[in-house]
Amino acid sequence: MSIFDYFKSNKTNSASLAMERLQVIVAHERGMRNQPNYLPKMQQEIIEVIKKYIPIDNDQVSVTLDNNDGCSILELNVTLPNNN
Amino acid sequence: MAEIIVVTSGKGGVGKTTTSAAIGSGLALRGHKTVIIDFDVGLRNLDLIMGCERRVVYDFVNVLNNEANLNQALIKDKRNENLFILPASQTRDKDALTLDGVQTILSQLAETFDYIICDSPAGIEKGAQMALYYADQAIVVTNPEVSSVRDSDRILGILQSKSLRAETGDEPVKEHLLLTRYNPTRVTDGEMLSVTDVEEILAIPLLGVIPESEAVLKASNQGIPVIFDETADAGHAYHDAVARLLGEKIEFRFLEVEKKGLLKRLLGAK
Repeated sequence: MSIFDYFKSNKTNSASLAMERLQVIVAHERGMRNQPNYLPKMQQEIIEVIKKYIPIDNDQVSVTLDNNDGCSILELNVTLPNNN
Repeated sequence: MAEIIVVTSGKGGVGKTTTSAAIGSGLALRGHKTVIIDFDVGLRNLDLIMGCERRVVYDFVNVLNNEANLNQALIKDKRNENLFILPASQTRDKDALTLDGVQTILSQLAETFDYIICDSPAGIEKGAQMALYYADQAIVVTNPEVSSVRDSDRILGILQSKSLRAETGDEPVKEHLLLTRYNPTRVTDGEMLSVTDVEEILAIPLLGVIPESEAVLKASNQGIPVIFDETADAGHAYHDAVARLLGEKIEFRFLEVEKKGLLKRLLGAK
C-alpha cells in the first residue's frame, strides 16, 4: 500500500452497489408483474412434458407472454442439449 | 368533491403514519377540511401520533357495523378546527373491512371534507389494498434503502392494477414519491441512495424529501405531528410537500449537506 492510498477514500461506494442491485431486481419483477397468474404453473407443466423426452434443466426453457395491441404472443424458447 | 389520498409504502416503518399526520395537518393548516383515516385495523397508531389516543371512543369498524355513526367516531383535532381523525379498530382483525363498507364511509365523508387521507397499513394484503382501492392520489413513502425502494415499486404495481381507477380504466391514480429519512451527509459519502437514484428507479414525480431528523421522534413522543414544529427541518420539508401537493412549484430543500460555520463547529453543534 503506497502512501497515496492513504489519502484516497478507501470507502467502497455502497450506494452505487445498491443502485445496481435495485435496477436488476426491479426490472425483473416488473417483467413478472404483467404476466397472467397461470403462467408460472403452465411453464412448469410445459417443462415436465419436454423433460419426458429430452433431458433439460428448468433454466433452459423460457416462456414469455407479450401483449401487443389486440394480439398476445406466447413465446416458448427451449435450448436443447448439445449431444448428437 | 373530496380528494382521496392514500399514504402507502409496502414496507413497514418508513414513516407512513408520520406522513399521514403531517400532510393531513398541513392541508388543514391551509384551510382545507381534512380527515385522516387509520386503516391499520388491529395495530392502530395514528391516534398516538396525533395525540388523541385517550379520546377514542368509537372507531372505523363500529361505523361499518352501524354500532356508531360517523360523527360519533370522528375525533376533532385540538390544534386545528379543520382536522379530524377516524381511528382504526384495535380489537378486530382486518377481515372486518369490506370494499362496500369502506366505500359507504368514504362517500359519507366526501360530503363534508375536502381531503380524505388514508393511512395504509404495511404490506400488500387486504388492509393495504382496502386503503388504496378508492384513491385518487397516492403518496408512496420510501426510505433511501434497497428493501424500501423495492417494496415501493411493488405497491406502485398494485396501484396500477388493483385500484378502482385501474379496474374501471379511469384516469390512473396520481402517484407521488415522498422520500423520508434522507441523510445528505451519507449520500455525499456514497453510503446512501440519492434522490436521483430513487427517482430513476421508481420513475414517479417527487413530492418531497424529508431529512432524517431528531424532531420526528420528539414529535411522536409528544403526540404532535412534526409539521407543527416550526423549528424542525422535517416540519419545513412537510410544509413544502403539502404546497406541492396543492400544485405549487417549490424548490427542494435539505438535499445538500449543510455547511457548518466555524463557530458552530467549535460549539459542537449538530
